[in-house]
Amino acid sequence: MIRKSFLFAAAAVGLAAPASAHNAWLLPSTTVLSDTGQSVTVDMGASTAPFEANHAALPAENVKVWAPDGTMGKIENAARGRYRSTFDVKIDKSGTWRIGMENNTIAGMFKVDGETWMVGRRRGPAPSQGAEPARPVAAPPSAQQASPGGRPQIDPSRMVASVDDIPAGATDLALTETTGRNEFFVSAGEPNEVLFKPANKGLEFVPVTMPTDLVANEPGQFRFLVDGKPAAGLEVEVIPGGRRYREADQTQKLKTDGQGLLTVNWPGAGFYWLNASHSDDKPSHPKAAKRRMTYTATLEVLAP
Amino acid sequence: MKKSLILAAGVIATPATAGTITVTIPRIAVSEYHVPYVAAWIEPVGGGAARTLALWYDIDKVGNEPGTKWLADLRTWWRKGGRSLKLPADGVSGATRAPGAYRIPIPANIKPGAYTLHVEAAREDGGRELVSVPLTIPAANGRASGKTELGAITISAR
Repeated sequence: MIRKSFLFAAAAVGLAAPASAHNAWLLPSTTVLSDTGQSVTVDMGASTAPFEANHAALPAENVKVWAPDGTMGKIENAARGRYRSTFDVKIDKSGTWRIGMENNTIAGMFKVDGETWMVGRRRGPAPSQGAEPARPVAAPPSAQQASPGGRPQIDPSRMVASVDDIPAGATDLALTETTGRNEFFVSAGEPNEVLFKPANKGLEFVPVTMPTDLVANEPGQFRFLVDGKPAAGLEVEVIPGGRRYREADQTQKLKTDGQGLLTVNWPGAGFYWLNASHSDDKPSHPKAAKRRMTYTATLEVLAP
Repeated sequence: MKKSLILAAGVIATPATAGTITVTIPRIAVSEYHVPYVAAWIEPVGGGAARTLALWYDIDKVGNEPGTKWLADLRTWWRKGGRSLKLPADGVSGATRAPGAYRIPIPANIKPGAYTLHVEAAREDGGRELVSVPLTIPAANGRASGKTELGAITISAR
């Protein structure tokens, strides 16, 4: 199963994250709270169908909490199960919170004296741990963190952990910067938009419809930006939870309009997994040549 | 606090009203019955801010799980403006009601015009229902009925 996920993760890169990838998801207990005396409890994992804990847990330590006043909050009661992790967040300030993971990595190849080296990949596990000794180039299970597949196997001794470790004499740098965000929103009391101010860096999701005010009979609208400019024609995938209770996955493949605006009509109430990715050749790191950006949100849609 | 309860219930007619709304909470035969949370509010037909006329909830419950915790279960009212109401609100907040018919006076200071009256009920271990009725100010007679959590909703000119 793990092997399969690596293949899927690798395949995901060229194909803009197909639904068959093992996708990382966050599933909060609720997104709308009456007051500031409560907590949300959250499941997180990676699996083919969003929110179905049947494949791999993800580390809750990677979760960040942005409180509505712009300060950083924290997670509590983190625990890791076999297929999902769980944590709580005390929602002790009124307004709209963002809770999720960010990643920013640089991966790829370079050459030293004609030999191909690799950067940014996890080294293969030590032989004593032994789960996958034959696959030193294994990608992390999250499709988000995957980098181009189909590469030759590299001896672990020719790998460096980060771009800073590339030796001085390296040539033929072919590096891709990968950035991603995977999050959900919670509002306590009156929502606010303090956290929706774009940083104008990379791929960003700017709600037009308040993401904690989504209702099944009203379309939700969200703007996507790349470096602060509207991401026109961006492909966005929207998948409702509860896939195993349906015949079809009901994935909606949508596109933003000329102003980067996405309009989503919800087939019903429930949790939705929204995912977009975009690649270009404008990385922020000078040594990288390409950039791949992903954005994922879990959205709760209420019945009218 | 007492005063607000009485006003909201309409037991004593307020001096100036623009009409009366009657909300019926039906008797429901279930083994575990809890009285519903109910909100009644109006919204201008042409759009604009909602105004809450009555909110019946577990007003006295405090502690770890205060009565306000479940107000968001009145999910449409909550989204349409309930969440910005400071509670308890004079003349609006009141205790939950047992099955029966209750009158809510329409405040006299509502501008004449076309509105929609919404009444939403949510019951612990039960359902949730929203009933909407056109309402003009000055009030003319109107009537609608819920199917599950709400009974007859009537509007009368006085």
